[in-house]
Amino acid sequence: MNAELALIGPILAAMFAAATPLLFAALGELVVEKSGVLNLGVEGMMLVGAVCGFAVTVKTGSAPLGFLAAAGAGALTASLFGALTLGLLANQVATGLALTLFGVGLSSLIGQGFVGIPLQGMPKLNIPGLSDLPVVGQALFGQDVLVYLGVLAVPLVHLFLYRTRAGLVLRAVGENHAAAHALGYKVIRIRFLAVLFGGAMSGLGGAFLSMDYTPMWAENMTAGRGWIALALVVFATWKPHRVMLGAWLFGGVTIAQLHVQGLGFDIPSQLLSMLPYLATVLVLVLISRDVARIRLNAPACLGKLFHPDA
Amino acid sequence: MNRRTMGKTLLGLAGAAVVALSVGAAAAQDKLKVGFVYVGPISDHGYSYQHDQGRLAVEKTLGDKVSTTYVENVPEGADAERVIEQLAASGHKLIFTTSFGFMNPTLKVAQRYPDVKFEHATGYKRAANVATYSARFYEGRTVVGAIAGKMTKSNVIGYIGSFPIPEVVSGINAFTIALREQNPKAEVRVVWVNSWYDPGKEAEAAKALIDQGADVIVQHTDSPAPIQTAQERGLWSVGQSSDMTRFGPKSHLTAIVDDWNGYYVDRVKAVLDGTWKAVDTWGGFKDKMLFLAPYNPAIPADVVALADTIKADIMSGKRHSFQGPVKDQSGKVVIPEGKSATDEQILKMDWYVEGVQGKVPK
Repeated sequence: MNAELALIGPILAAMFAAATPLLFAALGELVVEKSGVLNLGVEGMMLVGAVCGFAVTVKTGSAPLGFLAAAGAGALTASLFGALTLGLLANQVATGLALTLFGVGLSSLIGQGFVGIPLQGMPKLNIPGLSDLPVVGQALFGQDVLVYLGVLAVPLVHLFLYRTRAGLVLRAVGENHAAAHALGYKVIRIRFLAVLFGGAMSGLGGAFLSMDYTPMWAENMTAGRGWIALALVVFATWKPHRVMLGAWLFGGVTIAQLHVQGLGFDIPSQLLSMLPYLATVLVLVLISRDVARIRLNAPACLGKLFHPDA
Repeated sequence: MNRRTMGKTLLGLAGAAVVALSVGAAAAQDKLKVGFVYVGPISDHGYSYQHDQGRLAVEKTLGDKVSTTYVENVPEGADAERVIEQLAASGHKLIFTTSFGFMNPTLKVAQRYPDVKFEHATGYKRAANVATYSARFYEGRTVVGAIAGKMTKSNVIGYIGSFPIPEVVSGINAFTIALREQNPKAEVRVVWVNSWYDPGKEAEAAKALIDQGADVIVQHTDSPAPIQTAQERGLWSVGQSSDMTRFGPKSHLTAIVDDWNGYYVDRVKAVLDGTWKAVDTWGGFKDKMLFLAPYNPAIPADVVALADTIKADIMSGKRHSFQGPVKDQSGKVVIPEGKSATDEQILKMDWYVEGVQGKVPK
């Protein structure tokens, strides 16, 4: 095996890890959007989750508690969005953007005493025998626990949305809130729960970054991943398994471009840094050409306000 | 991505709003008011943190004669001008603007406030009331390069760059020259992350370089993420801007630490004495503008001795980081034997020396 081929294994391993925060946040947002709500505050919720998870882990020494706190903090931040948009009928786009700005500030404030503190990363789940397999061993069987949880969440979200009654109701609310309301479903309550779930998942995605991927807290450490997660949902035409493929594609291109640079290929690094975004734009363009498909998959009431009396 | 850029712009605006709130601390009239503008949060434990240490040193040394104000997280661009103007308008007579991107805003405000003195870090434009200052970071990279040359076993060094600007490129070259002097077989692989601070991406870059065989990771970015990654893989790393030992005690060989304390105290004193002039200061080890964090105890004694000798030689002027003959990647001699690079050559460096893989992105 020559040197370049030997890199495939490590590239795959790094790709799965790089995709994990995106996967969590995007899956959460997918459920939110399926219920007809557009929450642009993913970045802010990720940051609040990241700092709270980190802080709780430092204070208690327990990573599971940290992740729980991160999910809780993400959900709490999201509840603010829920109260404003679902309760007070504020504009969702504006509120979502405000939530991101708020999350950036709040996380910096909470994190003041936690900058520059090192934290031990999470242990890897090394499955004896399997993780020593050539090429794919480390990639498939030597990852952090959260990487597996992220992948596991994909079929779970899919099963929930398409195989359970609750999922059907949630989708119905997203497609036509007036009809769902007429049938007696509590549109606001269902949407609020979806928003909370989205917040919790974003919080987990952020906590993966601060507690595991780069175990430390730094202001703005999500560095735009929340926005990419939002794009991934559209990119995936609101399908969970495509969210996963999109996250892997994005992670893969990110990692591959770093390797290309290290190997000394004569391609401008600025162009390579652009590649993941370029890939996303390209796929979005390809999807957008098929209007019927977008119509078929996009929740019809996405971003529309609902008032029971209207 | 549209959503992404939109987010960034809004973040910038929000940052500016926060900034507006944090300026305006009034101080006693008879004291000299000194303002500091930082590009990052002082809690970054890196670049802006080191500048703030300098401000604290000023307060400590000249406490009864000065009062200081700082504004952190100032975006490089139009907002910076407003922040600097606000400091000038509120009676600050000496203002330090500590990032390259504040260069033009500083000059614009300086024109409108001729009686206020300005000091801009890492820039090259001066005026009657604008001085510039920077540190010869590359001197530190020469010492680190020699250490890396002795410590590497795989003969591959991974170098994480922020932006391909002369300051970073000259650092890579100074490092590589010293590295290959100790170990002619060693080579440097560079990965640019196009950011000063993105822990996730810096960690990814470190992983990629390690997977390609690097066993020493050097960075010219500000987060400690590469150190953590190297520690996790049981390899060596070198910190940037401040001592990052605690992020990887087993991995952290040393760090190149910026030290503005002495400079800031001297400049404030000069204003108080009335001897201040708009000059350019580019200081190195000799001027105490940078130093190396404590060496990792795992570095053998002979390597420590070598590092100390190189540092002493740089300080005494016996050695220069770019001492001829220096060849570029094509083998052409750029700096001939018996000569060393001029300051101008270093400040405009846009080519790699022999031993660096890849090309400088243009």
